[in-house]
Amino acid sequence: MGLELDMSAPPVEARGILTQFGSNVIHENLDFRVDRGEIVGLVGGSGSGKSVLLNTLLGLKEPEGGVVRYFGQDRRNITPELRQEINNQIGVLFQGGALFSSLTVRENIMVPLREHTDLPLQLMRELADMKIHMVGLPLKAATLFPSDLSGGMKKRAGLARSLALDPTLLYLDEPTAGLDPIGASAFDQLILGLREAMDLTVIMVTHDLDSLFTICDRVAVLVDKKIAINDSLPKVKAYEHPWVQEYFGGARARAAGSAGQGDTSTIGSE
Amino acid sequence: MTSTTEIDRATTRDDDAPRFSMSHENGHLHFVAQGKWTLKTIASVDHRLKTELEDIDQETVSYDFDDVSELDTAGAYVLSRAIKCTTGKCFEWDIKSDDKGHQMLMQAAADARMGQLPDAGRMWYDVLVRMGKATHRFWNELYDTLAFLGRFFVVLMRLLVTPGKIRWKSVTAMVEQVGIDAAPIIMVLSFFIGAVIAYMGANLLASFGAQIFMVELVGFSVLREFGVLITAIMLAGRSDSAFTAQIGAMRMRQEIDAMTVIGMETYETLVVPRALACLISAPILTFLAMLSGLFGGMLVAWLGPTDVSPILFLARLKDSVPIQHFWVGMVKAPFFALIIAIVGCRQGLAVTGSVESLGTRTTASVVQAIFAVITIDAMFAMLFLQLDI
Repeated sequence: MGLELDMSAPPVEARGILTQFGSNVIHENLDFRVDRGEIVGLVGGSGSGKSVLLNTLLGLKEPEGGVVRYFGQDRRNITPELRQEINNQIGVLFQGGALFSSLTVRENIMVPLREHTDLPLQLMRELADMKIHMVGLPLKAATLFPSDLSGGMKKRAGLARSLALDPTLLYLDEPTAGLDPIGASAFDQLILGLREAMDLTVIMVTHDLDSLFTICDRVAVLVDKKIAINDSLPKVKAYEHPWVQEYFGGARARAAGSAGQGDTSTIGSE
Repeated sequence: MTSTTEIDRATTRDDDAPRFSMSHENGHLHFVAQGKWTLKTIASVDHRLKTELEDIDQETVSYDFDDVSELDTAGAYVLSRAIKCTTGKCFEWDIKSDDKGHQMLMQAAADARMGQLPDAGRMWYDVLVRMGKATHRFWNELYDTLAFLGRFFVVLMRLLVTPGKIRWKSVTAMVEQVGIDAAPIIMVLSFFIGAVIAYMGANLLASFGAQIFMVELVGFSVLREFGVLITAIMLAGRSDSAFTAQIGAMRMRQEIDAMTVIGMETYETLVVPRALACLISAPILTFLAMLSGLFGGMLVAWLGPTDVSPILFLARLKDSVPIQHFWVGMVKAPFFALIIAIVGCRQGLAVTGSVESLGTRTTASVVQAIFAVITIDAMFAMLFLQLDI
């Protein structure tokens, strides 16, 4: 079949990306890369094209120029079978959860399992329940419909679905937006725990400074149509760019920084 | 690179399959797992593991994962079946492995199994529960419909007293959508219905030599029934479903909540303009439908085998079909219009968060509207019969 992937290569890497809508250039000569096992935070001002970049990396949008590589292979040259194999290695948590509203939470999580495995139904149900438990939802949530869930529960359910096939690469689009600080910090810890248990690589788009300080190994800053810097937090904070300085120098950032200091040091030593 | 891995795969395929061996004594199980325990491989081994474990009465487990080449959550879950669990607590287990990840995965799996509720299964009284729920739903629906009607008429009356507060802009926009845009299709349909009646009538009446009575047949049926019924059914299919979908989507996206908070009355802004638009459009559309139905009949009478000229057709229509039949048709139009608008808006406002409910509500709205139209039409028919009109 030839469906083996080079797992040591960067799960996703973009080079020289050019994105434009008409004459409106969003990204120009953008480079981005994630190494195995990292949690990378992607930050940028509103309208700087974070979501577009996410769509480009996911393959929902073809860039006007440049290359996207999955596990070291150029996306344009891979066969549909290999592409499917790669897609099964990728989990995505969309901003609103993007749960299928006509299915219960358990059925939502079973969708990828049904599509891509031939497990017996009972086992699928049990595995779905395990994922529900892993993301910290009460088990009685399994039979609820997405419209019955709160915002935070929807995010957790969406995360459970994105984890259904045990992906190696997880995209999170503003995972903590709209959660209360307790819920957000629990979600951060959940991501850390899952990374540990499932050996995940995580790319998260976020505005949540607490998340950046506590769980991200590296922070990529999308500014001036490209990733200006993609490095550990102290280096990013020291980066000479007005926007970056304002972002990390603001009162909110300082508060988050002093609160998250203890945690960052433990992560850094790993 | 790919080709070498493929050869590797071929030669090591057997080593990849998940295998296990168990030995137990004094309630202690020693579990040795080997190979690849992942989502793709466990299907083959799960059932066997489950059945073999049924015969063993273990209290504690020690795992040996030294030869496990790959493990994911699904594999860990299957392996954790050896841990005896009841709700809330698990018996002791430990694990021998070089990989820290294995420990974490097994812990997660054991935690998940611990939280699992015992399967409730189906009960004999489930059917009664469902019947009860359905009845409850039915009464709720009825109550809600009545509440909606009451509120609608209160708001409508209030607005009729103060016509300045009616949102005429939105009424005119709706009239365009409901009335003008629907006119061509309704006229075409009605034309064909009139033509078909004329054709069938001509054939049937010819056997008595009474072809000329087809004028009465077309006149009576189009004026009294078909003109208004075709209009009502088209409105139900076209506008009523649109009402439900529009209002339902607004509800799903919290637009209606936003309007309420801003201080706009939902009934005033959404429901009444639609009802008024229907009230204005339906009689006009009915009139157009009647005209084109009669025209269809006339054309068939003229060009068909009966050869009744348009002049003769119109003269006979004037003589033998009294004007009251026209009014019998027209008087029904506002009733149908109101029903259609009310059902459409009521179902739209009843949409909850899910896409599913939008679908069911739209279906329900069209079905209920057509059902109501035909029922009311039958009631009118009986009424007019009794009144001798």
